Amino acid sequence: MTQAVSAEAPPAATPPELAPPRRRLAAFAPLVVLVVAVLLPYSTLPLPGLFDGALNKPGNLQILAVCLVFGGLAASYDLLFGRTGLLSFGHALYFAAGVYGTDVLVTHAGFPLWQAAVFAVVGSTILAALLGAIALRTAGIAFAMVTLAFAQVGAILVARDFGGLTGGEEGLPLASDGLPDFLLGVANTVNLYWLALAYLAVVVLVVSRVAASPTGRVLAGLRDDERRVGVLGLDPYRYKLVAFTLAGGLAALGGVVYLLVVGGASPHVTSSELTLSLLVMVVLGGPGTRWGPVLGGILYMYLDHRLTSLSADLPGPLGQPLFVLGAIFILAVYFFPGGLASLRTRIAPLRAALKRSPTS
Amino acid sequence: MSTFILLTLTGLGLAALYFLVASGLSLVFGLADVLNFAHGLFLSVGAYATWWAAGHLPGAGPTGFGFVLAAAFGVVAGAAVAALVELVLIRPLYSRTIEQVLVTVGLSLAGVALLQATWGADPRPFPRPEWTRGVTGIGGANIPNASLLLVLAAAAVLTLLLLFLRFTRVGLVIRAGVENREMVTALGIDVRKAFTLVFAIGGAAAALAGALGGVYLGSVSPAQGGSLLIFAFIVVVIGGMGSVVGSAYAAVAVGLLQQFVNYYGTAGLGDICVVALLAIVLLVRPQGIAGRAVTA
Amino acid sequence: MTEPILKVDDLSVRIAGLHILQGVSFTVAPTGVTALLGRNGVGKTTTLRAIVGLTPRGGEVSGSASFGTVDTLRTPTHRLVRAGLGYVPEDRCVFAGLTVAENLRLAERPGAAPAYDRVFALFPELAKRAKQRAGTLSGGQQQMLAIGRVLLADNTLLLVDEPTKGLAPKVVTEVAEALEAVAEEVPVLLVEQNLAVVRRLARDAVVLAAGKVAWTGAASRLLGEPELTKALLGVGSAGVHA
Ligand SMILES: Nc1ncnc2c1ncn2[C@@H]1O[C@H](COP(=O)(O)OP(=O)(O)OP(=O)(O)O)[C@@H](O)[C@H]1O
Ligand SMILES: [Mg+2]
Repeated sequence: MTQAVSAEAPPAATPPELAPPRRRLAAFAPLVVLVVAVLLPYSTLPLPGLFDGALNKPGNLQILAVCLVFGGLAASYDLLFGRTGLLSFGHALYFAAGVYGTDVLVTHAGFPLWQAAVFAVVGSTILAALLGAIALRTAGIAFAMVTLAFAQVGAILVARDFGGLTGGEEGLPLASDGLPDFLLGVANTVNLYWLALAYLAVVVLVVSRVAASPTGRVLAGLRDDERRVGVLGLDPYRYKLVAFTLAGGLAALGGVVYLLVVGGASPHVTSSELTLSLLVMVVLGGPGTRWGPVLGGILYMYLDHRLTSLSADLPGPLGQPLFVLGAIFILAVYFFPGGLASLRTRIAPLRAALKRSPTS
Repeated sequence: MSTFILLTLTGLGLAALYFLVASGLSLVFGLADVLNFAHGLFLSVGAYATWWAAGHLPGAGPTGFGFVLAAAFGVVAGAAVAALVELVLIRPLYSRTIEQVLVTVGLSLAGVALLQATWGADPRPFPRPEWTRGVTGIGGANIPNASLLLVLAAAAVLTLLLLFLRFTRVGLVIRAGVENREMVTALGIDVRKAFTLVFAIGGAAAALAGALGGVYLGSVSPAQGGSLLIFAFIVVVIGGMGSVVGSAYAAVAVGLLQQFVNYYGTAGLGDICVVALLAIVLLVRPQGIAGRAVTA
Repeated sequence: MTEPILKVDDLSVRIAGLHILQGVSFTVAPTGVTALLGRNGVGKTTTLRAIVGLTPRGGEVSGSASFGTVDTLRTPTHRLVRAGLGYVPEDRCVFAGLTVAENLRLAERPGAAPAYDRVFALFPELAKRAKQRAGTLSGGQQQMLAIGRVLLADNTLLLVDEPTKGLAPKVVTEVAEALEAVAEEVPVLLVEQNLAVVRRLARDAVVLAAGKVAWTGAASRLLGEPELTKALLGVGSAGVHA
């Protein structure tokens, strides 16, 4: 019997002290990146062409924070798309529920931030469980359409401004009374940056823990071939609902952080374009991998921002960030199906072949 | 009573718009398993091509026969773009459903941005022929002629589509293909040729919706197609994928529900009721009103 | 020895990570009926579907299958069929929403006059029920429609998958008689569980087991030796009604 060797070895399988030295180093790489990211705001390094002015200018830190939030949000979306094979077009709804839920509770109801955030995240998670329970009665393409329709309700509710709660097209600036001091003022942008970084770390940790757990293996089975999971006597519906609910909760948490970073809610967070761009991020980064969606999210938001500020210089359609991103996306689907993450896995078999030990 | 008639007929006008978009989506999905996010783009292409032709195409113009010519140009443009999309972008990914969806998503983003780059993001005034600006008195209600035009056009398209599906060989192939595509090829038929045709038909219907929707709204903007598309999706799911008649019923249900609730309730409530209707249909009858199972 | 009409060589099929066929090789003679046999789930349907190019999505096929000069594994299904390879699938697969007449009209092939006489001579029932929707036909009638539509055109080989599955004994006999008549003109590769039908129709037999060909030879020999039949097919040779 030959066993197929998967490109990504299960991370928990070999204890670090038994792994070869190269592997042990590689296991620390994320930690190193994390430390660098934590220390980044202390750098006054100017990166001409990439950022305007010093890296730790509040404006730049805010851009970075938004990128980090979307890195985490993309990873939460990947729990559905890349890990479970669910093509949801309504992920924006739960993100928006986190954004608007917290904002409304703080700004209109005068809740302290922490309480508002907890209520919003718990409420959004319950919402995800309820809507998921309905939407998962369908599969495949119909599921995509149904989640899209549900998210549209969120967009309508926000746009119509029922009871003057959401501020409609104008959006709803976050009232600063309920906020702790360390999140207020331009000088404290760095705290928002760290908050966003913490959010990203939490999502990556949760998603990779889930993926490595027995539940995660069932989810991967669902993605590859649902029939096989059904044959094992497991109920696919339940597992999909767990993934859907968890992803919704993580997205809502991201919504809270995003609200704090940008200081208010605006209706574009409810739009279907937001979900579509999450899909683009995940596909560009590499679905079903630990770092691909994160990289995809960060890079996408950075490019989106950068292309917008460059657009004045570019002729015709090239001045439209969405045209460039859409075109890159189409090309990626054809020519680069594994996304950025596949760069590593494309090299991996080569490396593995070079250092394969004689006993195997 | 006159309010009731007014709401019914304008609701049917809305239903007509949904049907024109949804019928193509439904056929494309039923036959080729493609969820076409770029379908809204075909609508925008139709609207912009009509608008452009009314100003630039010799013989075409903003009213009378000139407008008919301009709309015909829009419809042909929509059909051509749709066929091209199928041939160039969708066909190489045959049987890779998810990738096909992704490509149409990318296309919808890039296409709208392209329209924006060319004609700007702001709405442009759309040519409105003389007659469509007036109203017709029916049962004491003054019905906007643009609504009537939409209803008539949708009824004509529905009739033509049904005749085509019923009495032509390609129509037979399409009906059989919606039921079981594999078996159609196993009878020696190249079913992919029908895909291109169905895309073109869907593109033409969506483009017509774009042209007439432009008349109805009085303006055209790049994002118009996208917002209509979501309700068209709902119509497709409620109606049952692959069923033209199902789409027609569902479009009428959705259009009337939306119009009445938005009038008697708060604005926006009707849109929400439509999604609630979708949820109910899914709970009670997952395969939609007509036909083929949506699940699996 | 005449050239076989179909030569399957080292055919392997993998679906969803499972090796269903692992190097299947056999030939089909240019006349008469060759039976493809084996226990339930051994891969008979998978073999036929691989030959006509209808392996389910995500399935991997390797090896070769030559039908005359055509390599069937590398030719699209509709071309194979137009080249004279008729396929009657398991479970009939008639178009339930179309009428009998429409089902037949769909099977007409461009450039050749459809042989309605032949079909209606064999299955007069179909002519009578032309306007009925195929979904409302009985199982036996649906099977006749599934065979009939393939016979509208001239084929050089028919692949027929379990034509008597789930039919009443009397209808089994009718279908068997019809196939017997068909086999006088066209060679048939027949998958069949009913051994009485096999005994009546088949000259050669190919038996699959564990993803491979376990036995080939004369059908009469296989069915004539109860030990052999039992070992290969897990049943006694006593079939019912044919
Ligand atoms: N799409 C699929 N996905 C997973 N497994 C499949 C698929 N199709 C077939 N199989 C498996 O392949 C094996 C062979 O199936 P196949 O239908 O070819 O058997 P068969 O010999 O025709 O059986 P029967 O006599 O019951 O018709 C079975 O174990 C079946 O479960
Ligand atoms: Mg079988």
